[in-house]
Amino acid sequence: MPDSSTSQSNAKGLFQSGTAKDLLRVLTCGSVDDGKSTLIGRLLFDSQQIYADQMTSLQSDSKKFGTQGSDIDLALLVDGLAAEREQGITIDVAYRFFATKARKFIIADTPGHEQYTRNMATGASTADLAILLVDARHGIQVQTRRHSYIASLLGIRHVLVAVNKMDLVNFSQHSFNTIEEQYRDFAKNLGFNDITCIPVSALLGDNVTAASQHMAWYRGRPMLQHLEAVELSSQMDETGFRLPVQWVNRPDSGFRGFCGTIASGEISPGDEVMVLPSGQRSHVKQIVTMDANLSVARRHQSITLTLEDEIGVSRGDFICSTDHLAGLSDQFQAHLIWMSEKELFPGRSYLLKTCNTTVATSITSLKHKVDVNDLSHQATKTLHLNEIGVCNLSLGQPIAFDPYGKNRTTGSFILIDRMTNETVGAGIIDFSLRRASNVVWQDIEISRNKRAAQKQQKPAVLWFTGLSGSGKSTIANLVEKKLYDMGRHTYILDGDNVRHGLNNDLGFTDVDRVENIRRVGETSKLMADAGLMVLVSFISPFREERQMARRLMADGEFIEIFVKTPLEVAEARDVKGLYARARAGEIKNFTGIDSEYQAPKNAEIEVDTTSSTAEQAASQIVDYLEKEGFLDFDENP
Amino acid sequence: MGLIPYIMNQIAELLSRSEALATQTGQSLSTISRKTLKDGKGLARLKNGGQCTLKTIERAFAVLLELEHKAGMTGTTAQTPANPDRDGQLTHLQRLEAQSIHIFREVVASCENPVMLYSVGKDSSVMLHLALKAFYPAKPPFALLHVDTGWKFKQMIQFRDRKIKQLGLELLVHTNPDGIKQGIGPFTHGSATHTDVMKTQGLRQALDHYKFDAAFGGARRDEEKSRAKERVFSFRNSAHHWDPKNQRPELWNIYNTRVAKGESMRVFPLSNWTELDIWQYIYQEQIEIPELYFAAKRPVVERDGVLIMVDDDRMPLEDGEIPQEKMVRFRTLGCYPLTGAVESTATDLAQVIEETLAANTSERQGRVIDKDGDSTMEQKKREGYF
Repeated sequence: MPDSSTSQSNAKGLFQSGTAKDLLRVLTCGSVDDGKSTLIGRLLFDSQQIYADQMTSLQSDSKKFGTQGSDIDLALLVDGLAAEREQGITIDVAYRFFATKARKFIIADTPGHEQYTRNMATGASTADLAILLVDARHGIQVQTRRHSYIASLLGIRHVLVAVNKMDLVNFSQHSFNTIEEQYRDFAKNLGFNDITCIPVSALLGDNVTAASQHMAWYRGRPMLQHLEAVELSSQMDETGFRLPVQWVNRPDSGFRGFCGTIASGEISPGDEVMVLPSGQRSHVKQIVTMDANLSVARRHQSITLTLEDEIGVSRGDFICSTDHLAGLSDQFQAHLIWMSEKELFPGRSYLLKTCNTTVATSITSLKHKVDVNDLSHQATKTLHLNEIGVCNLSLGQPIAFDPYGKNRTTGSFILIDRMTNETVGAGIIDFSLRRASNVVWQDIEISRNKRAAQKQQKPAVLWFTGLSGSGKSTIANLVEKKLYDMGRHTYILDGDNVRHGLNNDLGFTDVDRVENIRRVGETSKLMADAGLMVLVSFISPFREERQMARRLMADGEFIEIFVKTPLEVAEARDVKGLYARARAGEIKNFTGIDSEYQAPKNAEIEVDTTSSTAEQAASQIVDYLEKEGFLDFDENP
Repeated sequence: MGLIPYIMNQIAELLSRSEALATQTGQSLSTISRKTLKDGKGLARLKNGGQCTLKTIERAFAVLLELEHKAGMTGTTAQTPANPDRDGQLTHLQRLEAQSIHIFREVVASCENPVMLYSVGKDSSVMLHLALKAFYPAKPPFALLHVDTGWKFKQMIQFRDRKIKQLGLELLVHTNPDGIKQGIGPFTHGSATHTDVMKTQGLRQALDHYKFDAAFGGARRDEEKSRAKERVFSFRNSAHHWDPKNQRPELWNIYNTRVAKGESMRVFPLSNWTELDIWQYIYQEQIEIPELYFAAKRPVVERDGVLIMVDDDRMPLEDGEIPQEKMVRFRTLGCYPLTGAVESTATDLAQVIEETLAANTSERQGRVIDKDGDSTMEQKKREGYF
């Protein structure tokens, strides 16, 4: 090959600086009208990634398909397929590439409409950062919420909100600030590590690659500079060393190498490793590559390991560091994004493919689907194209895994239809539904958080207090039904199921009333510890005992609900005929008649049964729980 | 990608590193300028927006690197690309290499009868290099298939045969026998018919004959707009057709490799590489590529603004057309009558890359096939062209 040694050495420095870039994978999402393709076209155009012949073709295309009159339409640079160009929309994920001195960028350009949720999820699955487009005229829209949720769900931790079309709002700082404030407020629970808002005009180029001449009030960096400089946090993939074994290399009897791409951590010769699922231990002998054996290898590298001992390792296994092992399970809760025209059939056998193995699976229960627009949960029996749901999966055999929140590579899977071989769904593992049985490799301390996490909920004690006949049990039952429908694990403690058993030795004297409440308080504490949402429906007339119960629970877990009904009203209702009997002297120490009721002064919730129905009261309580975050779920407690 | 701002970036880096060196060592900028640019005022001129050639910059960087080493400033220089660099971050070439290797292994682990399409060009050369890496110390566990249209440059065939022999790999060569019988060729039948019969149909015949269920190809997403949406694992029905509207979603690094009998996958390990990445990798790895990529005196005629090399006597010359010796090279290689040359003086890899960096036309520009109509490539792909 003609390659003189002199030019080789001269060029060395040049190519070192040219090749030592890192890689940033970016997702762009926004709807047609947000100007997404124009923005990407502008990035490519302004960073001069467009060749002269492509420019010529762009000019002729602009005349033919353009939406910008006689001007060139930068969007046409990126709208690839003929069908899309005719319809003027982007219908698939397209990948664009450009490089600056600092970085090489791979842009996954995805459509933003709800019917293309699967495409967006596809683009998001490999992205480090999401660019969300917001039209400055319209502010945060339903689609902005949807895009943010999907980006968050797929594990993107960096968001750049490009407030576009600033030229159409006279480059107004006020418009921009309002949108930024709205967005930050909305996104605060989505788990993003950093959110950067930039006012841009993709059409005119303001703040895309160069600072805007029209927005002196904006002090931040233009988009490109931000993309070049943003530091990726290493929060994701913080699990220990993981080599999902992809292939075993056996050229002859003397060599057995285990090949795969490192999913997290790093490894050196001599390190002790464990193979999952077998649980066998060995030490790394060599890290073999064609260039040379390596002294260390890290995440993203595709390597071949040899081990000191002859142990059985095959495709589908994980080689892990012994101090941070992956989990092993055949039962999972997962979020599922449905990608097929044919709906999900719970109970049907699908193939589940992870980063290195394929196993049979079926959906054992579909808990709910998530409305991607308002994030509410809805009961459902199936998932349709582009719907996202939470389900339990049962696998034909255990696989090694990590929760997706900890590792995107080892916590993800796709579902394949056995008959058509179509990829019908993509899933992310929330957690295992049971401890693995056949390997003991670490002591997992089952904490209250873990128990609650398994149920995907936050424990709470809803303490209903009020006069007899005020409607406590009716309301509590309605609340429980609502929570149950939302897939929550609940239990009601009330006089009927406690006084007949646990407390059947207690009467209605003040002492017995105190002991009654103490026992109920302790029982609800145990149940909250087990991760349940406990509804306690007792008259509990004394402030002190309610206070005692409150002190038993973890901070913020005790929610006192005062079911407020005037005595006359309760007595007039007298559903069980108890007031009449008390008035007749047949029942002693009846609260409100001859025993005191101390109304709460600072109950978290007060429901007035004279002005609202039981159904309204129940909704009021569920709304409170939602507002206070009791219905959110923190996957990493 | 043609990086016009590349030189500007290089100048900016040269300036900032020179200034850092001046601060560190107490030398004046003009002293450093004299050493690196052989001109005491060179750096000052560049600072004021002056320009210089890439060659000058290369040299300046080489000297600067030595000066930095002497001053103990190793931290400012790039690391050896073969090892993970600062903070354990891999360079973009290392990431691309690892992804490609992952793809190769996934196919071998999950497909029954894979093959690698080998077209002798630079992308094929990179692909072959990656395949060797993926399976080292074993040899790639699949054969190479060359669909020979009969009109490839002679040097390509020579290079191919020598390379395969040197590596000890299995090569399958297929030329459409129907096409040969009918005497199909680009001059007599036009580029469209020739490509369809000899390349597209020839490829289908070979895939059907050997019953391959997966075929590696060297296509890249940056080559052409319709390729930007191509999957890494691209599903083809039993008629080898590609349906752009019905592609399997591809998430994470999980690839659905399942096909029914008669169906197949085209697999593109270089999907995320750009032309510049390819050249940088060839440079970094010292991958051998055919001589045709380097400038040499070659006999060419100009047709419709494209320089066509007269590679053999099958090329009919029009009246008054006389082949002229010109210093030319090729940015892509294919059938010689369909592959335009560019005038160039770049005789080694560094120079070729320098020209590529400064180029303002895309590499496919020299391909006669792409000009037939704007959506031509998409059309050809639907029909089974690679």
